[in-house]
Amino acid sequence: MTYQHRSRLPFFPGCSLVTSASENYTSLQAICLQLGFELDEVRDWNCCGSSSAHCLDSGLAASLTERNLALMPTDGPCLVACPNCYKRLRQTFLRIQCSHEERSSFERRWGRPFPERLQLQPFLSFLAGQDLGFLYQGARTALQNLAYVPYYGCMLARPPIMNREPSHRGVMEKVLGQLGGRALPWRHSSKCCGTFLSVARPDLVTPMVQTIMDEAEQAGAECLVTACSMCHLNLEVRCPAGHGLPIFHFSELLALAAGVGNPGEWFNRHLIDPRPLLMAKGMLDRSGRVRH
Amino acid sequence: MFKTGSVRYLTGDGAATSQVEGETMNEQSVHRIQAWSDRKGQNCSREINQLADTNILRCLQCGSCSSGCPFVQAMDLPPNVLIRHLHYGFLDETLRSGTIWICVGCDTCASQCPMAIDIPAVMDALRQKSLASQQPASQPEIIRLHQAILRSIYRYGRAHKLEIMLRYKVRHKAWFEDLDLGLRMLSKRKLHLLPSKVMNVGQVQSLFSKQAHL
Repeated sequence: MTYQHRSRLPFFPGCSLVTSASENYTSLQAICLQLGFELDEVRDWNCCGSSSAHCLDSGLAASLTERNLALMPTDGPCLVACPNCYKRLRQTFLRIQCSHEERSSFERRWGRPFPERLQLQPFLSFLAGQDLGFLYQGARTALQNLAYVPYYGCMLARPPIMNREPSHRGVMEKVLGQLGGRALPWRHSSKCCGTFLSVARPDLVTPMVQTIMDEAEQAGAECLVTACSMCHLNLEVRCPAGHGLPIFHFSELLALAAGVGNPGEWFNRHLIDPRPLLMAKGMLDRSGRVRH
Repeated sequence: MFKTGSVRYLTGDGAATSQVEGETMNEQSVHRIQAWSDRKGQNCSREINQLADTNILRCLQCGSCSSGCPFVQAMDLPPNVLIRHLHYGFLDETLRSGTIWICVGCDTCASQCPMAIDIPAVMDALRQKSLASQQPASQPEIIRLHQAILRSIYRYGRAHKLEIMLRYKVRHKAWFEDLDLGLRMLSKRKLHLLPSKVMNVGQVQSLFSKQAHL
């Protein structure tokens, strides 16, 4: 069941989605198509600077995000897939919005008006604003009572300039609950994954990821669900090989429940293969194809 | 005047005790130290406030930032103690601390701070002051990684993970660290051989200042 009418939705993927987490990209694309939106990548977007630009050079971090803002549509929504990119973009947007000086310097520099009415939307907020009734229809039990723990990482923590924005804690639980998933309570849902320390100080991140995995298991979870590709990578990479629950991108479970896209291709890219779990649950058949 | 190098202080509870060696502690000298420390602290706090566009003088020392911080165990100065140092003007101690480099800027502290102090922005300001001061930093491997990431953004406009990892491991002389992990990631196509590139790379490069720390 698909929408007849599709609208194009401007989309900022971020570096992870186009490379290491391309399974997140394709599953997101599949579910958005199902919701009636064709994702339209912002033309020639650049890296938002990640953590490194603002650590070493605040001016550079601001210019990198400004270039992206200057490439985005002047009006209407723009979906931002990576929660970290969203924070950087939104922070810069608000800073420019509330200062006349910054605004005129933006306009001088990029030769176009400041996109005042641009609505940057992180994926969770976009989803919270959609009518998902038709997605739920016929998919109420699609997730087969899958017991999971939601992992938001640091995406719900915001700098003071953004603290009037609505929080999207609980969106994953609400939507997955309607699709037959079962969220379990645990205490690490908003613990930071360690971002770059995973490379520079594995001695700090490995024990932390180990604790996260252990406690997820103790909570009785069969898997973890995350809405950030950086969290996904760090959890997979820093848990000792062969010891860890499968971790899903939120978008993968949505697309799987809706029966769209090519799940075999996504799961093939996971370091911790989730297919044995899904086969045991009867969601995939023995050849790894979706069972409807 | 008195010797500044011998002012001792306690960390953790926010109380500062001062002692001047070679000078009998009398009421007058305590007052003089107090006035000097106040002035130094005010200047230091003002400077950081300006750089970070926040107000660290609002800090109540409630400790919410430190209790929420995911990496506080690895920090030599917990965030609230670091802020207290700045109140007292002990800027050099904060610039030499490992805290400013361990902090990943996850914003957990900022969202828990009842006085809405942008602590990650304070960390950014201190990191950049520390780099500018040319003093040896306490966590060189973290700085090297940041530089490798910026280098990749300079070359391609986007982060190319494989090159970042290789460049970092080579400069860090850790050839074999994570080798098995790297191979697993390559086999799962988590690391791409070729970068995703911006078409107008020249424009991105023009955003980097001349003294960019690459």
